[in-house]
Amino acid sequence: MNRFAALLDRLAYEPSRNNKRRLLVDYFRTTDDPDRGYALAAMTGSLKFAHAKPALIRSLIAERIDPVLFAMSYDYVGDLSETVALLWPAPDLAHRPNTAPQLSTIVETLHETPKSGLLQQIALWLDALDETGRWALLKLITGALRIGVSARLAKTTLASLGNIDPQEVEEVWHGLRPPYLDLFAWVEGREPRPISDDPAPFRAPMLAHALETAQFETLQAGDFTAEWKWDGIRVQAVSGTGRDGAHVTRLYSRTGEDMSHSFPDMIEALQAFDDVTIDGELLVVRDGRVQPFSVLQQRLNRKTVSAKLIQDFPLHIRAYDLLADQGEDLRPLPFVERRARLEALFARIKPRQFDLSPIISFGTWDELTQARADPALAGAGPDADAIEGVMLKRKDSIYVPGRPTGPWWKWKRDPFNVDAVLMYAQRGHGRRSSFYSDFTFGVWRATAQGDELVPVGKAYFGFTDEELAQLDRWVRNHTLNRFGPVREVTANAGEGLVLEIAFEGLNRSARHKSGVAMRFPRIARIRWDKPARDADRIENLEALLRG
Amino acid sequence: MCGVMAASDLLTLTPAGLYCPSGDFHIDPLRPVPRALITHGHSDHARAGHGQVLATAQTLGIMALRYGPDFAGAMQAIAYGERVKMGDVGVSFHPAGHVLGSAQILIEAQRCRLVISGDYKRAADPTCAAFEVVPCDVFITEATFGLPVFRHPPLAQEVEKLIRSCQLFPDRAHLVGAYSLGKAQRVMALLRQCGWDRPIYIHGAMEKITRFYQEQGIDLGDVRKVAAADRPNLAGEIIICPPSATQDIWARKFPDPVVAFASGWMRIRARARQGGVQLPLVISDHADWDDLCTTVEESGCTEVWVTHGAEDALVHWATQKGLRARPLHMMGYGDEGEDEPVSEGAA
Repeated sequence: MNRFAALLDRLAYEPSRNNKRRLLVDYFRTTDDPDRGYALAAMTGSLKFAHAKPALIRSLIAERIDPVLFAMSYDYVGDLSETVALLWPAPDLAHRPNTAPQLSTIVETLHETPKSGLLQQIALWLDALDETGRWALLKLITGALRIGVSARLAKTTLASLGNIDPQEVEEVWHGLRPPYLDLFAWVEGREPRPISDDPAPFRAPMLAHALETAQFETLQAGDFTAEWKWDGIRVQAVSGTGRDGAHVTRLYSRTGEDMSHSFPDMIEALQAFDDVTIDGELLVVRDGRVQPFSVLQQRLNRKTVSAKLIQDFPLHIRAYDLLADQGEDLRPLPFVERRARLEALFARIKPRQFDLSPIISFGTWDELTQARADPALAGAGPDADAIEGVMLKRKDSIYVPGRPTGPWWKWKRDPFNVDAVLMYAQRGHGRRSSFYSDFTFGVWRATAQGDELVPVGKAYFGFTDEELAQLDRWVRNHTLNRFGPVREVTANAGEGLVLEIAFEGLNRSARHKSGVAMRFPRIARIRWDKPARDADRIENLEALLRG
Repeated sequence: MCGVMAASDLLTLTPAGLYCPSGDFHIDPLRPVPRALITHGHSDHARAGHGQVLATAQTLGIMALRYGPDFAGAMQAIAYGERVKMGDVGVSFHPAGHVLGSAQILIEAQRCRLVISGDYKRAADPTCAAFEVVPCDVFITEATFGLPVFRHPPLAQEVEKLIRSCQLFPDRAHLVGAYSLGKAQRVMALLRQCGWDRPIYIHGAMEKITRFYQEQGIDLGDVRKVAAADRPNLAGEIIICPPSATQDIWARKFPDPVVAFASGWMRIRARARQGGVQLPLVISDHADWDDLCTTVEESGCTEVWVTHGAEDALVHWATQKGLRARPLHMMGYGDEGEDEPVSEGAA
């Protein structure tokens, strides 16, 4: 447990993804089975302890410390697990267990211990651990690690141990269980790839590269089909039959996360299919109209999915590929054949809440350029608002996991641009901790007292290292006020720095003073030449809002 | 044994700080006074411009380094354990274990012994004299870490964390923020104890004070000032600097720096995260909760006054123990120098 605790401790403070990866590699390489497998399970959210609740931890500490001192401490620290870890009165050496418990012992014991024995068991472990160990234990059992490591990062790191494609790990993942002895044996080259007997497995998706306009010269229009690029969530809908004959249906994210519990209505619709794997886009469709992403977003990340939520945000999958059908792996087939199978499947089943992603007809790149510029005219009609560009797929492309160069391209709609004025800058993290690298910018708005700047967004990338150094210098030389890590800079009609901001879309937002929220804003150019008074006005942005 | 009246007559709280009317002197005054007794050299306790200053020779040396040789009208050095008469009271200085030269001050009146702890710690520190318990009736203590969540871990464990990180990330410089007076030198000495035998690099702002420690016979091994041109070449090395320097432009030229901070505050995760610290090292020059409580008990006092820090918890604890306890709510004494400015020729 001490090694795992030290790892969590270090990860919690390390902002850089690459350095997190190195810490994980070091841990996986130097820790034995089965501890490292349980650590992997903890970081990928695969461990659940039914009875360990914050109330239990409170009752543990209440027996051991003066309530006034506890209240003062909790108020100061602000986190229950951390407060208890620090306050825990460790027994003197003579009465302390002589070895700290192993992570594997803790996990296995927790699964076996009935609720009635839990309090005493946890107290014994807390006695045997140091502060960091106690913190990690309490975080582990309450399921709130919050160390900034995604399941994806943990799995890709594991794959890198054995130079295995991370997609392969995703594919076997759902058939495996902690402590993943077979998985570690495989990545370390000691055993062959584990065989998954999951009836509804995840298959790593095929991804597209972004297309630069100049590349058209090298591509033949006749080799490709085109579809709209829908602004929803890429999902994989899988149905299968278990050994016991049970029908299993699942909805995966593109990273392999099982999202079934969030979308029971979609899972129900998926029951119509036997043994298929459908690649498609999850959308909200109201009265036959695809809703923009901001509407879908309101259905995501909900703890509970109410009947009202399901009714107000009717889900839909727009299918664009078929990876498996009746146990047959279709991925080695060319795209046009897979598409034909998909169309035949839908003609036969006529599923509710599913439809086919329409094919855009075009003869030349010029025609496609026109379609991309105005999807409504090119057949998308009222759904055009939910389109963020076009997808190009080679007709002969087989389905390859990962992001191969050549077969698939995404050609996004041109971003929106606005000239805004820099208002605040905040120091970054990690490598950027000495740089002002997070920039809040605003546009002009008329008030009774004349024009004022209203903040409309924040951007922290889009610039080169050299430009960052220039921006940092400008911020330091034009500071008006400091608020901790934030500096307010000179920003008025006469003096201010104009930033050209590129963004993908604009939503109404009640949370922002300006009433708008940008999607994916980044700094496209620094307009050293442009006077602040000539920056854009809020009316320019409001004109972009739909509906 | 002295009554409440006697004790509060012996030592009163004035706008300039603690004042002893019978001896006509202040202790660690916050503004210039005719006569000052100084517990230790940190700038919030040792200020320039007093008429006369009584302190240990090392504290006087540190003040001269900070403020120039004419920092007071007159200076008098006092050795640990030496007793001087001031007005109607006797005064003596005793090791506080906080930094080089730091002292507790004992005031002896006819019926009453009062100890002003100044800042103190009881954990091991190879760079200064170890804390001594001074029996007294009234113990006037700091409480910087006066909450039971502050229990400083074993020192070796924290230093090992730093050394292990240098091994795991040999391509990254390790910048350790540490208060220039005391903490920085203690971290160096602890690194030596744990077997770190590479040169230790320091920021220019702490060069003078570090040399002073070495002149006083504290062995810190090979300590080098970081030259501007060296910075890109210090991958895998340990560089000690004032805490604020880790966020400064100065820090940029180091290869992908790991930002560490040696402070008792690092016990609290939110505190470390807010400061952008990646490697918090819980190394403190103040007593932790257990040591505060132990020291109050061992002093044998019947009355506790708490000068600064988290007073409420310690007062609550002492009251539960049947002691008379009161907070003084003194302002102006800092914690472990988070905002120490970088000065004196940054390089």
